[in-house]
Amino acid sequence: MSRLTRTGVLRAVVVFGALAAFPFVFPAQWIVNIAIFTLMYAGLATAWNLLGGFSGYLSLGHAAFFGVGAYAIAIAFTHIGIGGSGYKPFFALPLVGIVVALVSVPIAWVALRVRAATFAIVTLTLLFVVQQLAFNLHHLTHGSQGLALPPPPFDVSTFEQPFYFAMLGVFALAFFTCWWVKGSKLGLMLFSIRDDEDRARGVGVRVTGAKVIAFALSVGFTGMLGGVWAYYIQFIYPQFAVDPLITIGAVLMAFLGGKGTVWGPTVGAFILVPAQQYMAYKLGASELYLLGYASVFLLIMLFLPRGIIPSISDHLARRRSGRPDEPPGAVASAPRATLPGGMAP
Amino acid sequence: MSATLLGVSGLTKRFGGVAAVNGCSFQVDEGTITALIGPNGSGKTTAFNMITGYLPADSGEVTFAGRAVKRPNPTRLYRAGLTRTFQQARVFPGLTLLENLTVAISQPWRTLLRRNVAARDRERALTLLEEFGLERLGDRPAGELSFGQRKLLEFATVLMGEPRLVLLDEPTAGVNPVMVEQIERHVRELHARGLTFLIVEHDMHLVMRLCNPVIVLDGGATIKQGPPAEVQSDRAVLDAYLGT
Ligand SMILES: Nc1ncnc2c1ncn2[C@@H]1O[C@H](COP(=O)(O)OP(=O)(O)O)[C@@H](O)[C@H]1O
Ligand SMILES: [Mg+2]
Repeated sequence: MSRLTRTGVLRAVVVFGALAAFPFVFPAQWIVNIAIFTLMYAGLATAWNLLGGFSGYLSLGHAAFFGVGAYAIAIAFTHIGIGGSGYKPFFALPLVGIVVALVSVPIAWVALRVRAATFAIVTLTLLFVVQQLAFNLHHLTHGSQGLALPPPPFDVSTFEQPFYFAMLGVFALAFFTCWWVKGSKLGLMLFSIRDDEDRARGVGVRVTGAKVIAFALSVGFTGMLGGVWAYYIQFIYPQFAVDPLITIGAVLMAFLGGKGTVWGPTVGAFILVPAQQYMAYKLGASELYLLGYASVFLLIMLFLPRGIIPSISDHLARRRSGRPDEPPGAVASAPRATLPGGMAP
Repeated sequence: MSATLLGVSGLTKRFGGVAAVNGCSFQVDEGTITALIGPNGSGKTTAFNMITGYLPADSGEVTFAGRAVKRPNPTRLYRAGLTRTFQQARVFPGLTLLENLTVAISQPWRTLLRRNVAARDRERALTLLEEFGLERLGDRPAGELSFGQRKLLEFATVLMGEPRLVLLDEPTAGVNPVMVEQIERHVRELHARGLTFLIVEHDMHLVMRLCNPVIVLDGGATIKQGPPAEVQSDRAVLDAYLGT
């Protein structure tokens, strides 16, 4: 457990201050559009990290909850005709988050009965179940025809801004939750589960409760991001709202930046999303970015297995203490023949 | 002082067709340092796993502190005062030593989002680290420790739950002689403070000078329970060890 350091707070203030000013400094629509997706993925990766990075339970099914959030907003504001649109869908987001989180509790409770590797497959299955539901609950989702949301009545010149700030808001919420949890008792419990779940059970850590809470928080934010996304892109289809690639992207970003760290997923998203969107913008939309994803993933696994942030902070720590760089993994290696500390005979 | 703290009766576990533990029965009295010995593969670790809820038993009963443990569960047992260490010395490598200890403090749910360890708990963790000679490493990740240090840390960690009964699985295996002495000293001190121990140990000299009574397992069944001197000269025990 850790206290908030002044540099940590300062860093967050500077970054979020800069993000708040961003659309005024760079008002061009295409730039704000890229920024919206960057924030969305930063939020998704950060939310995913809360479970995957902290507890080691790698979910491949988070897009299911993204889709649920997207459809929740879409259905609420088309069919049920809550009336009007404007900013209302944004105000409904907290409710979406809470409902998604609550609904996920029994799902998490069942899915988390299995250990890490199986969990990834179970969540992936969940994703396809939700996608099938989106296809088949025709009266709610219009199936493959897609569902249109009421057009937002925003001024054309600053059309993107409300969406930008909505994404920023949800991302900030996910980020600060992650930050808080990391330094709390819950964070400690999750990390002990990641390191050795059986042993954690043996020292009184209530592992199921901790995992379910992390799961619910994680997918709650994911659902909220899905809601903003749906309202922004206006027309949602099952295969895009519940898209495995959304999860893959978020997971990749968390790995790149450093899963289990507070800033890692954000750093990963801020590198990958603009790069990918810029390429798509310049080279025209194509599926080539999938190839890019695959290569980035291979490169991370080979050269930065722990991600950017842990590698940098290790390097800095070693420079400060004047030790030479050790090969990666030295820290986690098997018992070394060091002299036991404080064991003077 | 001879109230039964842990009672085991008819405990059985089969892997495939082979019975690893076969109708094992014994008891650990409060205030003792009881040894559980037996040749390799006689089912000691498996018995520990069943008692502490890591492995469901095929049959048999376990009582702890006068109550039947219907469905043993490691977390609940820890909170009730029964805890164990592992033969392989398991710690949380990514957590610092201090965090390894503080995560083992049983706290109610409402403290879940608290960022600061209560001063009293922190004090206890620091005291324990000091007692185990690990205080200089308090802020280092446990992954950096040597095997022997991990054993010490694991031992210290389970004490955070203020247990009544500690099960140690081969606490001195693979540990240098100086550290063996240190572990023995800790067991004696904690015992003097009222803790009860059940120890699986292969070092017979240590068993004979530290433990009383001694329980002997062979082929998953208890073949003898008694004071060390008596066990040492027991025909069946000698046969078991000599393999005749
Ligand atoms: N998970 C398991 N699956 C199959 N056989 C096992 C398993 N665990 C232990 N055994 C077997 O059960 C017997 C008892 O093992 P164990 O309890 O580890 O013995 P001890 O700790 O006394 O050396 C051994 O023959 C061992 O091979
Ligand atoms: Mg054993």
